Amino acid sequence: MNKIEKIAVAMRQQPAAKRVKSFKEVPLGYAEKEAIKEASRCLQCKARPCVLGCPVLIDIPEFIKAIRKKRFQQAIDIIRRQNCLPATTGRVCPQEDQCQKVCLMGKTGEPISIGSLERFAADWEQKYGKRIKAGVIKKGPAKNKRVAVVGSGPAGLTAAFELAKKGYRITVFEGFHKFGGVLVYGIPEFRLPKAIVSVEVELLRKMGVSFSANTLIGRVLTIKDLFKEGFSAVFIGAGAGLPKFMGIPGENLNGIYSANEFLTRVNLMKAYKFPEYDTPVKKGERVAVIGGGNVALDAARTALRLGAKKVYLIYRRSEKEMPAREDEIRRAKEEGLEFKFLTNPVRYLSDKDGFVKQVECIKMQLGKKDSSGRKAPVAVHGSEFRIGINEVIVGIGTTPNPIIARTTPGLKLKGHGQIEADEFGRTSIPGVFAAGDIVSGEATVINAMGGAKKCAEAIDEYLRR
Amino acid sequence: MFKIIRKFVLGPKIQCIVLDAPLIAKKAQAGQFVIVRVREKGERIPLTIADFDRNAGTITIVFQELGKSTRLFGKLREGDFIPDLLGPQGNPTEVEKFGNVAVVGGGIGVAAIYPLLKELKEKANFVITVAGYKSKDYVFWEDKISAVSDRLLIMTDDGSYGRKGLVTDLLKEVIGEEKIDRIFAIGPTIMMKAVSDLTKEKNIRTIVSLNSLMVCGMGMCGACRVTVGEKTHFTCMDGPDFDGHFVNFDELMKRLETYKSEESE
Repeated sequence: MNKIEKIAVAMRQQPAAKRVKSFKEVPLGYAEKEAIKEASRCLQCKARPCVLGCPVLIDIPEFIKAIRKKRFQQAIDIIRRQNCLPATTGRVCPQEDQCQKVCLMGKTGEPISIGSLERFAADWEQKYGKRIKAGVIKKGPAKNKRVAVVGSGPAGLTAAFELAKKGYRITVFEGFHKFGGVLVYGIPEFRLPKAIVSVEVELLRKMGVSFSANTLIGRVLTIKDLFKEGFSAVFIGAGAGLPKFMGIPGENLNGIYSANEFLTRVNLMKAYKFPEYDTPVKKGERVAVIGGGNVALDAARTALRLGAKKVYLIYRRSEKEMPAREDEIRRAKEEGLEFKFLTNPVRYLSDKDGFVKQVECIKMQLGKKDSSGRKAPVAVHGSEFRIGINEVIVGIGTTPNPIIARTTPGLKLKGHGQIEADEFGRTSIPGVFAAGDIVSGEATVINAMGGAKKCAEAIDEYLRR
Repeated sequence: MFKIIRKFVLGPKIQCIVLDAPLIAKKAQAGQFVIVRVREKGERIPLTIADFDRNAGTITIVFQELGKSTRLFGKLREGDFIPDLLGPQGNPTEVEKFGNVAVVGGGIGVAAIYPLLKELKEKANFVITVAGYKSKDYVFWEDKISAVSDRLLIMTDDGSYGRKGLVTDLLKEVIGEEKIDRIFAIGPTIMMKAVSDLTKEKNIRTIVSLNSLMVCGMGMCGACRVTVGEKTHFTCMDGPDFDGHFVNFDELMKRLETYKSEESE
């Protein structure tokens, strides 16, 4: 037997100098040979820790084995048994904290690049796969019950997929004019091409799932209305959509965006193609992005691509505490993003027309550990300084959108307005289920999908009674 | 896809469009708005619902062709479709029996006050309506507004129809003549500010309907944030109605100019 290669096959990516000038995807994906080589590194160990490391329990060793044997259709079939958005999760999952973190190979070398292999199989399917072209997915016998899915983000799409597979009739309701939720308005093209998301949505349509755009549940139809319309159960996957602001002076000046607004303008509304598209966006020359998560990084790298000469990422803790993915931090550095760690904005100053022109910051130092288990940042008295900028993007997180809560009497909430639900997504109202960020608060795509999957089982159980 | 059932020109660059939207018509209430996208590459713009017919399943929108999107909307004809229409958005105006109510509408704001007037009348208020227009050519819906007002006072900036002057001049007289229990003002921001300044002195609660810039219209972006009483609110979620005495109108007016340079490109 050949000695196992300890180093993973690196994925090729666009050079930094070139990619910051366009919205084209940064990592280029494995070629067939590369995928097979990487798949051959898998030990096919008995313990299979990677499967338990995956929130949707993909049979990882099996699909990797199939890739090694060049059975790509089989590989994607295995993935699809558990995951309806493989081309998406192959790109945006934090594998380094999940499946790859527990990979046995990681003990003696680099863990298997499971995410890259998942992406390879999903991309192969989008190009050559039978299923996408034929649009057939094995479905259980048709059931005469209808389920309403509220929200078309990762949680909603997963619930729709799982329940459609079981034979239920599904309608997905979305407030926006496009489906995909955060996958289309939030995550930028250079990290997740929108064409890929639309193929994944299209597959659900081919399975018989109905989609209703421009339909905000809580306004045009309430949860109660959905039952009146003949739905037997409702799944709420409305996400954590409400952007947080810091509440500091000057935060409503012109040129200050929430990351959600900035990214929605650019990704969903295609403001980077203004005036071909009608939605404008400010293209600041000097931009400050506030926050240290993936969303803040997405916004910062988007600002670079819109032509900013200087983009600062202002984060109150140090690099070590950044919640963003390591890969993306590295890529952002390559692209020229300037990090201002241990720094926090305290106010914004404007020109006479109300446009932001400076951010005043204060230096921070790390103190005792806080409830998140990370060292809490504390302001250093008298360390204020100013940075000249003409655009600010605030990416410090989001809270659940309150529209459904406000219009659904009897629906119990917790914390910052999240819907209270048990581990199977059962809410305080019989027949109403919820999963994803609206229950957990902000989390990852894959965690929302994992929650939605469990929830689909509970909905099935409820409807069989 | 939403079909344009009827289209009228109400004045210079002032268009009235009736859309087939049964679900929205069924739920719409005074004070609510829709988000419209007039073409596939279009932006999302908020427009107030000026009327609705639950039986016919239609909503009516009145707008002035000011920017690119409203100009494109104005070019569409009866029988054409728009790709996207979201609504009814925003909180309905809170209407009860207040007593004597003065309602001020300015420009196309006169259309936006119509559902409110209807509801005020239904709830047995004595309604005095002050409608302000630029000039005689811009006057519209006089009969419609008159039918749901106990008194209708019309003003134009140049005096070519009704009284000459600003709506605040007339409102001042109205307030001087009788006890007013509640005031509503919908129109240009500068007008709503002037009305609020006037009524603050007299301590009469005044509700304004804000016309912030929006993208999503459903609380996820914060483009429409406005400072009311030192606190940031989202117009789409917390409004569009606010107590005019606490709104930071200067900030709002500046924010409305955010894309002036892009629009002139």
